[in-house]
Amino acid sequence: MTAWAARRGEPPTIVREPVRGWRAVDLRELLSYRDLFYFLVTRDIKVLYKQTVLGFGWAILRPVFSMIVFSVVFGRLAKVSSDGIPYPLFSYVALVPWTYFQTSMTQSTGSLIQGARLVSKVYFPRVLLPLAPVIAGLADFVIALSIVAVLMAWYRVAPTVGVVFLPPLVVIMVLTAAAVGLWLSILAAQYRDVRYAVQFLVQLLMYAAPVVWPASLIPAKFRLLYGLYPMAGVIEGFRSALVGTNPMPWDLIAAGTLSALVLFITGLFYFRRAERVLADVA
Amino acid sequence: MTHRVIEVEHVSKLYRIGLAEQRHETLAGACAAFVRSPVRNFRQLRALGNVSTAEADAEDVVWALRDVTCSVSEGELLGIIGANGAGKSTLLKVLAGITEPTAGRAVLRGRVASLLEVGTGFHPDLTGRENIYLNGTILGMKKVEIDRRFDEIVAFSGVERFIDTPVKRYSSGMTVRLAFAVAAHLEPEILLVDEVLAVGDLQFQEKCIGKMGEVARGGRTVLFVSHNLAAVGSLCKRALLLENGSIAAEGPARGVISEYSSRSISESAFAEEPIDAPAYFSGGRIVGGDTLESGGELLVELGVLAREPFTASIMWRIEDALGVPVGCGVPHLQLGKFQELRVGENTVRIRIAPLPLLEGTYRLSFDLNDRGMMHIQRLEDRLRFTVAGCDPAGIGATLPSKWGAGSVVIPFDIEVVAAS
Repeated sequence: MTAWAARRGEPPTIVREPVRGWRAVDLRELLSYRDLFYFLVTRDIKVLYKQTVLGFGWAILRPVFSMIVFSVVFGRLAKVSSDGIPYPLFSYVALVPWTYFQTSMTQSTGSLIQGARLVSKVYFPRVLLPLAPVIAGLADFVIALSIVAVLMAWYRVAPTVGVVFLPPLVVIMVLTAAAVGLWLSILAAQYRDVRYAVQFLVQLLMYAAPVVWPASLIPAKFRLLYGLYPMAGVIEGFRSALVGTNPMPWDLIAAGTLSALVLFITGLFYFRRAERVLADVA
Repeated sequence: MTHRVIEVEHVSKLYRIGLAEQRHETLAGACAAFVRSPVRNFRQLRALGNVSTAEADAEDVVWALRDVTCSVSEGELLGIIGANGAGKSTLLKVLAGITEPTAGRAVLRGRVASLLEVGTGFHPDLTGRENIYLNGTILGMKKVEIDRRFDEIVAFSGVERFIDTPVKRYSSGMTVRLAFAVAAHLEPEILLVDEVLAVGDLQFQEKCIGKMGEVARGGRTVLFVSHNLAAVGSLCKRALLLENGSIAAEGPARGVISEYSSRSISESAFAEEPIDAPAYFSGGRIVGGDTLESGGELLVELGVLAREPFTASIMWRIEDALGVPVGCGVPHLQLGKFQELRVGENTVRIRIAPLPLLEGTYRLSFDLNDRGMMHIQRLEDRLRFTVAGCDPAGIGATLPSKWGAGSVVIPFDIEVVAAS
């Protein structure tokens, strides 16, 4: 009685041959590796704060520290407009999704390089590597978000009914992080310049996002164009939902969702095309 | 059962290698090259992963695999041997899906698990327990499978006490045992194993070999790449010999192993560098060439250089193709004499006759010791010879060299003593 005949179902037939052209993601294969994805995500989360004294406290400290610095520099010294609410709250509400995006982007970019040994020794869907930090980052995100409640209580600001839109905003945020992660990880594996470039790209992107300044500063005719930067919609959306400075910026969100989707889908295709050479190149 | 689970059809793999940097003679030249370098670098990097068979003759392209065609039946344990760089690991990587073939195709029928390295994915900060799950899922197991076999895995590894300690605190032996324990409990239809037995102590290696045999007997198909010829010989019925990316031999394991041994450098003479000792080997040769008759004469001449008058005991040892010792000669114990060396070059002659060896390829090693059996120099595997033809009774037949027969012709007599 042969080993596989004893199991239910036919054994899969796998063909290894040179692949030309573009191909889509194999969803069935990804699903069959979901356990691996779960353990990659938990690994990323656990390892982050192992052997630290503060542990998950760092998830709070990082955005809080930035908030303090920004409040002093941009709030007091530069007197940047904050749409009528106290600057610390203004910046912190933006820092929560931004810190998530920044961390996820940096971790994803290096994921294929760090996992180069893994990639050259075992077969598994490579796309899981840049996607794991995207999900793992949500743990810190949730913890940092909890502090928003504390700050809002402190400044006596009530949340608006817009909080129901937080979940879809989170989805767009995750989609953007995933899209960026896919593109950067596979590019960095082939061209190491990308890894160095990301370090200052992140700085640039932060100032381009409405973290320290409000999107209301953008002239009306450029708003839609600005909205193509997905984090703009996400961050202003967060602010609108939690502290109600402006109405929900649907224009920014719509443009951002569109560009995030395009980035994600093209990223998937490019990733699949370039991943064939990973074992040879990374 | 000739159901073919793996079919490799004309698979080739080309790699792009780095070439020496172009040197510039003038500063101007070097500056100009520096300015133009981003374009050149980009092109080079982009070309790194893109090689096609059309470029096969380019300087910076090598064949790792060249038109390899073979098939493996269900339940077979196929050994793959060859020198370093022959393409064994590349073949496994193509079959595992880790790298893509440049041309040709391979078809695999069944779930594939590859063991190219033990402990892939182990994270030092995670505990043994956490790493079992991580490693297991990387190798393709599902969480429920790991749950089911968790206790077996821990028991096989022998690290129960430390299962909840971070792996970075384990000794290297413990890590290897744990890693192999996880891998040993994989249940794919096709298992690809690459030289993982090279790690671990002897006892552990035997355990691993035992487990692999068990896996094959369970009906799974196993491809086993190894330099441990004894293991390949005992586990595998069929073997493949790869040389420079192509199949050089294919067939019954013992025959392929012999072919490999005889293709390796055959030395019937050697020379040695001087060492800092009162006496040392300067060279040696087999008189009369390296192909001998069983029952004939083996004559070895060794050059020994002595810096002062020296009393030596020169020992020799013969090993078979697999490295298993066959016999040795210790002059002062077997002949009751030492070798008196004069200052300068001495020629030492060793004569073994009649040569009681079966057909096969053998290796000679030598030891130079002083009178007090202090070890001076050891030469491993410097001379090789082949015994062709073994006909002790002179009747025109040759004793077949089946491995079960060992290496030595033992004289004996047999007769019927009484009828019932």
